[in-house]
Amino acid sequence: MSQSESAAPSAKSIWGSLFLAIAVVVALAPFCLVIMNAFKSHTEIVANPLALPDSFSMVNFVTAWTTGRFSTGLFNSVAICGFTIGITVGLASLAAFPLARRKGKIWRLISIYFLCAVTVPIQLFIFPLYFIFAALGIVGNLFATSLILSAINLPLAIFLLRTYVLAIPQELDDAAFMDGAGPWKTFWYVILPLLRPGLITVAILVGFNAWNEFMITSTFQQGQANFTMTLGYLSMNSTIVTDRGIMMAGALIIIFPIIIFFLAMQRFFIGGMTAGAIKG
Amino acid sequence: MSDAEAPSVSVAVSAASAKRTQKHARSDGRSGDFKYALFVLPALLLSASIVIVPAVLTFGASFTDWDGVSEPYWVGLENFQDLLSDGTFWQAIYNNITWTIIFLTVPMALALIAASVLLNRKKSAAVYQVVLLTPYILSPIANASIWKFIIFDPISGVVSFINRHGIPISNPLGEPSTALYAVASVDMWHFWGYLAVVFLAAMRQTPADQLEAAFLEGANGWQVFRYVTLPNILPTIALMIAMVTIFSFLTFDYVYLLTNGGPAHSTEMLSTLAYSAAFRTFEVGKAAAIALFMSLFGLVASFIYVWMSRETLR
Repeated sequence: MSQSESAAPSAKSIWGSLFLAIAVVVALAPFCLVIMNAFKSHTEIVANPLALPDSFSMVNFVTAWTTGRFSTGLFNSVAICGFTIGITVGLASLAAFPLARRKGKIWRLISIYFLCAVTVPIQLFIFPLYFIFAALGIVGNLFATSLILSAINLPLAIFLLRTYVLAIPQELDDAAFMDGAGPWKTFWYVILPLLRPGLITVAILVGFNAWNEFMITSTFQQGQANFTMTLGYLSMNSTIVTDRGIMMAGALIIIFPIIIFFLAMQRFFIGGMTAGAIKG
Repeated sequence: MSDAEAPSVSVAVSAASAKRTQKHARSDGRSGDFKYALFVLPALLLSASIVIVPAVLTFGASFTDWDGVSEPYWVGLENFQDLLSDGTFWQAIYNNITWTIIFLTVPMALALIAASVLLNRKKSAAVYQVVLLTPYILSPIANASIWKFIIFDPISGVVSFINRHGIPISNPLGEPSTALYAVASVDMWHFWGYLAVVFLAAMRQTPADQLEAAFLEGANGWQVFRYVTLPNILPTIALMIAMVTIFSFLTFDYVYLLTNGGPAHSTEMLSTLAYSAAFRTFEVGKAAAIALFMSLFGLVASFIYVWMSRETLR
């Protein structure tokens, strides 16, 4: 029995290992190509994109940083992320409290509204919204764009935080109520401190979403001064369309910090990401 | 110890405390609800002003001829009639359906395989998860540019290098017959790791006694998957099918960045068609009509999604 037991898994794990090995190569090979070619000149890349670089010159990175206007872009990206995280986490934690604690028709309806909002296509509102923003003169305004990104991220943030509020024992609310605390005091002194892990998870997820968002950001952050870091990179393509070495250096600049941040925060990220997706 | 344990614990805890909440729910009636209304009001206000009001305007604009700036001109159903007789519109619907079929099969199957393989690798699974998620956490601009410039590019790409060294292949983005599959491949490369991680987290919730019983009965790996793991993760698979269907009808980023609907509309999607109608030719009425079509497609999947999530509301 022990023999058949050990034989079956080992045969299976050969195919399993092969599958995983291919999956890892496919996932990472494009990034290896970026690293290899970021240090090469355009002619070297055209000659052989698979060759290793001869030297580790930083000149491509300097050119990429200035042509991509990454200093401005970094500021704008961080501002949009910061605003979006602040607005989303603030409004979502407030809304999650009664949605977790109150029962009744109104609260069910509000929950259903936010549930529907998870799947609302951006195209359903982006076109009139853009022309409203244009008429108001707030196209390119970092805070105005962050409001849109917050509205998009709100539903998911509310449902995640609602799960975390539900995990806080109702007895704590009741005890605060007995001590004479109203809803606001209960929220501020009982719920919010215990909500911290949830707030961090939601902040990280929303931060990634805001940093990576493309359609809203590219539509509303028009004009070079308003570009985020990724939009600045995209605009390089039209400025120096010919030099792929500089493009690869620029790509490395915009992906490297995100990968490091992801590695540091992956526990929160994976936990929050799967929490909303598992049914059972 | 594992990353997926956190949600499983939180789900279990929330289910237990939800029951408790029901028992303890204070019935201080309407005045109580009013006190709590202020908590949810800011979120509702933001959502209403960014989503609902413009969505209603989209509905109205679909019956007008509007350039976004001057006074809209009422045209009734003309935008919809024009779309139905527009070959590009039907091409886009066809492409969206093809896209949906691709995404409901290839990444789903790959993710199920990856998750089942990782389930037996207790220690290394965390590392594999991070690697498979790396493309998922990067921006579409970065991912699309990498594939476009260093892999598909007809001059500087790996494809052109292989082409010059014996194997005759051309830039798959440049051929109308292959462009859609090339764009879908890049998007799947970016997306499938997410599915794998979600399925793995779901599989880890399979009750251990069921697995033990199956092994004691002498079930092989496939039988365990078919009769124990799969039934347990079926609700998660169903939810992912709903999500993938919704987002397949809205897909925009990778198509816009890699081909912008070309060559010869071979990768045109409803989303790219609507976007260029609104912002390139300033036919906002037409764009609104397409947006309503997209929402209609997504609506069916949304109903399923909301229906499936209904127990979280209890």
